[in-house]
Amino acid sequence: MSHLPFRPRVLGAAGCVAALLAAAACSSGGTTSSSGSGTVTVAVVSNPLITSQMVPLTRSVFEKQHPGVTVKFATYTEGDLRAAIEKDVSTHSNSFNVIMIGPYETPLFAKNGWLENLSTKFIAKTPSYDVGDLLPPIAKSLSYKGGLYAVPFYGESSMVYYRKDLFAKAGLTMPAHPTWAQVQTFAAKLNQPGKVAGVCLRGLAGWGDNMASLDTVVNTFGGQWFNMQWQPQLTSPAFVNATNFYVNLIRKYGEPGAANDSFNQLLTLYGQGKCAMWYDATVAATSIAGSYPSIAAKTGYAFAPVNLTKSSGWLWTWALGVPKGTANEADAWKFVSWATSKTYAHLVAAKYGWSAVPPGTRTSLYNTPQYKKAAKAFAGITLASINSTDPLHPTLHPAPYVGVQYVDIPQFESLGVQVAQQIAGAIAGTESVSQALKTSQSDAAAYTPQQLAGG
Amino acid sequence: MTVLEDLSVPPRDAGVLPRAVSRRERWLRRLPLLPALIYVVVVTQIPFVVTLWYSFQSYFWNSTAPAHFTGLSNYTTVFTNAAFRDSLVRSVVMTATAVIAAMILGVALALLLDRKFLGRGVVRTLIITPFLVMPAAAALVWAYPMLDANYGLLNYLLAPFGVNHVAWLSVHALASVIVVMVWQWTPFMTLIVLAGLQSQPPDTLEAAKVDGAGALATFRELTFPHLRPYIELGILLGSIYLVNTFDAVRLMTNGGPGTNTTNLPFYLYQQVNNAFDIGGAAAAGVVTVILTIIVATFALRMFARVFQFEEARG
Repeated sequence: MSHLPFRPRVLGAAGCVAALLAAAACSSGGTTSSSGSGTVTVAVVSNPLITSQMVPLTRSVFEKQHPGVTVKFATYTEGDLRAAIEKDVSTHSNSFNVIMIGPYETPLFAKNGWLENLSTKFIAKTPSYDVGDLLPPIAKSLSYKGGLYAVPFYGESSMVYYRKDLFAKAGLTMPAHPTWAQVQTFAAKLNQPGKVAGVCLRGLAGWGDNMASLDTVVNTFGGQWFNMQWQPQLTSPAFVNATNFYVNLIRKYGEPGAANDSFNQLLTLYGQGKCAMWYDATVAATSIAGSYPSIAAKTGYAFAPVNLTKSSGWLWTWALGVPKGTANEADAWKFVSWATSKTYAHLVAAKYGWSAVPPGTRTSLYNTPQYKKAAKAFAGITLASINSTDPLHPTLHPAPYVGVQYVDIPQFESLGVQVAQQIAGAIAGTESVSQALKTSQSDAAAYTPQQLAGG
Repeated sequence: MTVLEDLSVPPRDAGVLPRAVSRRERWLRRLPLLPALIYVVVVTQIPFVVTLWYSFQSYFWNSTAPAHFTGLSNYTTVFTNAAFRDSLVRSVVMTATAVIAAMILGVALALLLDRKFLGRGVVRTLIITPFLVMPAAAALVWAYPMLDANYGLLNYLLAPFGVNHVAWLSVHALASVIVVMVWQWTPFMTLIVLAGLQSQPPDTLEAAKVDGAGALATFRELTFPHLRPYIELGILLGSIYLVNTFDAVRLMTNGGPGTNTTNLPFYLYQQVNNAFDIGGAAAAGVVTVILTIIVATFALRMFARVFQFEEARG
């Protein structure tokens, strides 16, 4: 049998396999929903404040008040949300009428002309929205050239949660403003392998996951991503020290399997009493109070640990924006303004209690007596943490970029994940910290300073 | 599947078709096939051509710069990029390990299932079940209830033996993913080998017994050579599917820790979904296609030879 007639078929068969491969790579989670009249499709991050509050309240309250409007939710984890949204707005697919974004995306998207200027388009005509009530650092982080391009659903900084009972038993006292050295000492004393981890920290690869925590450590150890000439500084002594400290802390006294853990996993671990300390978003206080009342009763709160700087908390907010050119913008704004309004706080309070209200966006919440009483343990520290952040000057030494736990340039979307993967590898122990940082440095050096500065 | 059809076509000189068929007649005979052919071209080849076109473009989703022609620079990046090479090697390692392990287990299970015993039907159904579970569901079941460092069943079962809170998905990430691949594909191998075993003529086995051959010798000299084409078919089909493994990687380890479990499909996914680099991903996809074609051509030729040998013998 000659091979000649066989070949085209081979190529055909192989071509099919290959096309399948390519299709699998390209067609990840395509959303086909179109925005018909009266339907508002909202892309949100999967987080207890959204999945177990915003979604049911939308059904039971918002849709009742606005009979013509149906809200559809598309829920994603943080990393998937970014990809889905970026794909949607940049290709102008317009399958989402409302997108949940943060201080990283908002200015970049606004600069690219992908978002509606909410200030001029809607807020100016809706005085009852009371934009002056938004916390200044949060509002600033969502603005571009003086206009708000997204409005905050909740806002957060970072802080330490600790178990007062375990501290008392070990005869330890947590200061209100701990240093990282103190945290390490406490973790060493409180760590009981197999039962309670000394300190629970994020290890999951993602710039919003493990890098968010690590970046605050890097900042307070005097490190930074880039110097003023936009040269990457990932192998500078300060960055190396900070990373070594963080990775060793997790490997010695952290939770097992840390390289797969981020906010949701750690919330569960802490809630089930498997962490003596936990460094994470301030918003976790709300979730602990809501889901794990017995642990909440034993929880103490301290500011984000520091080393060389005075404060080191991150600043983040999940905010709602309206992409340009989508249908139903008026209905979209109705939903956005409802979910971020003062009344929304009252709706949550009526159904889930005051301590469950999404924190960190409005001054008025922190002046509400019921909230002050219900969230007495953590309201003050949350507000003070948010107000002490400075995204414009995040590092000890001058840096050319904006952002505490991110670098606000388009390239960071990819670079941040590459570095995060290396760090996760170091946390899992599959490579050394110096190897991980060397690879990261060369990933960062793949961009020229001109590209980064122009981004 | 194409492989089998190709090989069942009688040799061209067998004279099934009369030579004197007019051109028109030939086209008329092909006519009923055309809709299927057009459909296949539309859904597989047009996307491929579009991918080819994108691979010469600089096109980033997260930038407002319009897509523009960049010549071969995407390909230069692919060939000089260590991440692409690493994921290629990892794909080969993952596929080869999983296919071989699944095949060894498959042969062993098939040999057991070929014997008569009480409840054989139930056991067969149970053994086939993993193949029927959706890959995404299987990956999630393995990632959380089974392998989780804190709540996983495996750690719970191993705890009495002094194994404490092993983070399987971080420390043994690649092995964990491969285990799930093997778990899902062993039933498929078992089925194919079992079909082979059941087509083995019982008289040869009896003759071997009469000649005084032991079980081991019978397997080595008779059963295994008889099974060879079945095993090779299983390996080929298993490789074609497993090289595309995405669900397990995405859901269990997300390619990590580091890039320890990043295989080619996941690398391509990341190029699109994290880097938003459409041109680069397209170029990597095209290179993958070319490599696949080369490997597939060799593999299929090898099998063509095997089956020819079988035909000649039969």
